[in-house]
Amino acid sequence: MDLLVGQLFTGLSTGSILLLAALGLSLTFGQMGVVNMAHGEFIMAGCYTAYVVQQVVGDAGASLLIALPAGFLVGGAMGLVLEALLIRRLYHRPLDTLLVTFGVGLILQQAARDVFGAPAVNVSVPEALRGGVDLLGVTVPRTRLFIMALAVLSVAAVALVLRFTPAGRRIRAVVGNRDLAETAGISSRAVDAGTFFIGSGLAGVAGVALTLIGSTSPTTGQSYLVDAFLVVVAGGLGRIKGAVVAAVALGALQAVFETYSTASLAKVGVFVVIVVFLQLRPQGLFTLRTRSLA
Amino acid sequence: MSAVLTCKNIEVSFDGFKAVDGVDLELARGEVHFLIGPNGAGKTTLVDAVTGLAPYAGSVVKDGEELRGKKVHHIARKGIGRTFQTAAVFEHLTVAQNLDIAAGAGRSALSLLRRRRRLPAVVVDTMDRIGLRDAADTPAGTLAHGQKQWLEIGMLLVGDADVLLLDEPIAGMGHDERDTTGRLLHDIAADRAVAVVEHDMDFMRAFADRVTVLHAGAVLASGSVDEVAADPRVQEVYLGTAKEAADAARA
Amino acid sequence: MSTRLPGSERTPMTRFLDTRLGTWTGFAAAALVLFGLAPLVLSGFRLGLLAQFLCYAIVAVGIGLAWGRGGMLTLGQGVFFGMGAYLMAMHLKMADARFEGGPGAVPDFMELAGIRELPAYWAPFASPVFTVAAILVLPTAFAVLLGLAVFKRRVKGAYFAILSQALAGAFAILLIGQQSLGGFNGLSRFRYFFGFTLADPANQRMLYFIAAAVLLAVVAVSLQLRRSRYGELLVAVRDAEERVRFLGYDAANVKVVAYAAAALFAAVAGAVFVPIVGIISPASIGIVPSIMFLLGVAIGGRASLVGPVVGALVVAWAQTALSEQFPSAWTYAQGLLFILVIALLPGGLASAAALTKRFRTKPTPVEAAA
Repeated sequence: MDLLVGQLFTGLSTGSILLLAALGLSLTFGQMGVVNMAHGEFIMAGCYTAYVVQQVVGDAGASLLIALPAGFLVGGAMGLVLEALLIRRLYHRPLDTLLVTFGVGLILQQAARDVFGAPAVNVSVPEALRGGVDLLGVTVPRTRLFIMALAVLSVAAVALVLRFTPAGRRIRAVVGNRDLAETAGISSRAVDAGTFFIGSGLAGVAGVALTLIGSTSPTTGQSYLVDAFLVVVAGGLGRIKGAVVAAVALGALQAVFETYSTASLAKVGVFVVIVVFLQLRPQGLFTLRTRSLA
Repeated sequence: MSAVLTCKNIEVSFDGFKAVDGVDLELARGEVHFLIGPNGAGKTTLVDAVTGLAPYAGSVVKDGEELRGKKVHHIARKGIGRTFQTAAVFEHLTVAQNLDIAAGAGRSALSLLRRRRRLPAVVVDTMDRIGLRDAADTPAGTLAHGQKQWLEIGMLLVGDADVLLLDEPIAGMGHDERDTTGRLLHDIAADRAVAVVEHDMDFMRAFADRVTVLHAGAVLASGSVDEVAADPRVQEVYLGTAKEAADAARA
Repeated sequence: MSTRLPGSERTPMTRFLDTRLGTWTGFAAAALVLFGLAPLVLSGFRLGLLAQFLCYAIVAVGIGLAWGRGGMLTLGQGVFFGMGAYLMAMHLKMADARFEGGPGAVPDFMELAGIRELPAYWAPFASPVFTVAAILVLPTAFAVLLGLAVFKRRVKGAYFAILSQALAGAFAILLIGQQSLGGFNGLSRFRYFFGFTLADPANQRMLYFIAAAVLLAVVAVSLQLRRSRYGELLVAVRDAEERVRFLGYDAANVKVVAYAAAALFAAVAGAVFVPIVGIISPASIGIVPSIMFLLGVAIGGRASLVGPVVGALVVAWAQTALSEQFPSAWTYAQGLLFILVIALLPGGLASAAALTKRFRTKPTPVEAAA
């Protein structure tokens, strides 16, 4: 029982981290079809934002509260610049966008290395998030619970924005039918920029959260990127719901594989499962047939 | 008049919406058969179903063989060819290369791995037939719009298709090009069944041997041009749509 | 699609090379440089470096075929390169152990790691014939299986790219976890290559000649594939995959052939790489090295035949010359190259040469009777 609960929790925890990293991607890749390989570096920028804020503020609790919105703005701003300078020019060449943004990621990584140094840095965890909570007989670290809550909150926020705000309606309109949206007077250019801002901002938030459970180095974001992309692929393009289910499922899968084999086999296991899964559902978990989102 | 292709009770639905709802259709050799109907009547969806792109209920039989459930490329090898609303040719390859590929679906792996020294005679004949002999070494991407449509039809001819499903083959063509296309359709229909999805009523009246009118996923009427034009339900559908369109334009 | 036609640009030079005489002239010139000039002017050390670069060029030829002609953005060539390399490395370690410790001896790194018993899957690699066969068959077979699984289900474009990248990541992590394959450190310190001592400069020179010969062979195979009807079909699949299906072809099979050929090239490159460089580890075949294989291909011209070779050689040379002295600047340069070349010159240098020339193809003679 404890083992099961423990695994369930590990799965949820891994899943929520994946989800945080993938949520922004499911907007930029899922909705816009842009493969942004620099997304990992936006996550890394979020990590360093948390680090810098803490250097300035000092108090761990206050700095976390400041770093979360700051991380969103830093990630979002980087996304806006990237969209305006490069991605906008390459919308009709998605595979080339992938390689171009990989180049951007390389540069951002090296910039981080030059500014902050290659060795990892640490952000101290607020007092309130230290230690663990007993849940159903297992001790659960508070930081992990915080990340789960943050993931849930982020998903809810994205879903609400897409569903109920004018900006969200515009995003859905452009995703549904770009030409029709244009004739209805929606500037798809502004919407693309906005979508990219939100998606990249979410990467920044994910980065801030990740400093609670690990140290930060220039390659931090890269290590999450591939898994995050797999989440979006398995979840189906354009579906936030798919990303949520896929993140939790992949998280659980990884946890189970790691329990019964080794971490190195777990990655291979997850890959095999995804290839087999794509045999059954090549379009991912949820396909965008009715053109609806969230 | 024997049917080459027989569709019985075709149903295609997307998320509960029936785009094609119980359509029967027979295509016969020697006929240019027009499929007309208002937007959303299910014409292209019907073609998608027959060619294996959209899953459907019902049955499609060609030369005594059921085609339902077969893969796209298997159906194509059974001699069913189609074109698309926006001409789909290989833009980076020349006209000759386009036709040579279309002629070669049955080639062995060994002959594929060899260099093409000469063009097959069927490719040359077809270039004459579609009037693109002089453009043999022109990249297809640089052809005029109408020429691309002809090339696409030519690709079906060299591939030995005896059922041709053409989706709006004269879209965007000038008057002379339409006439040429219409004559070409009759020419190739001599020993094939040709179905044409078209909106252009003048073109239909000039070149149709048989017309089937689709409306809301079902067959409304079928027969010669005169029979169909005289059908009051067809008039209603077309006048109705015309009225709606006029209303929409005023709004 | 971009308005430029990558790889189809034609200059008088490329038109000449397209003729039978031109082809032979081109190969003869390349052979003269690789077998005559280079060993004459380069020191043993530099020749060794060039041999290493040639291995990257062999991988690049495959990527040019799969990506440039077939449109498959394969970000996981490190997997096949690594397979070839590890298979060869296993044989070399086995041979060293047998040569020095007699039958029953385990490779040195296993002793250090406390592995006393030879794992069963190592045993067949004592045989050089088995090893060579494995290098030629295993990675290719794996690529065919994976390709069928992916392309038959019409997984393509960015999906395929991401899957191939995930594969590279998983493969590297898998290797790190295998102590019986040297784990994180990989396999290194080889002494003999099929009975020849690797310390001897004459044998190192022989390895260079092997790499050069393999490169020429791979270019020849790629050239034949491109010029054949299959090559035209591959371009057709790249540009309009659905259309090809409606003409009666199974487009998945067309893609699998190019993908498998690229995998085979990479595997052979890896196998030649190991005795030349003397080490293979997970660090040189993971996600980043895999995508780095593409940089040279993009610069040289993804759709051209010789472009990827030249690009790979130039990038590898620049890497060696610059990365140690200016590590930071070199990384920025790599990033910038990816951005500038892909965004501004998607056809690579090969297209730059032809930008001003008009597009022309030579007419094909007509067959009298089919």
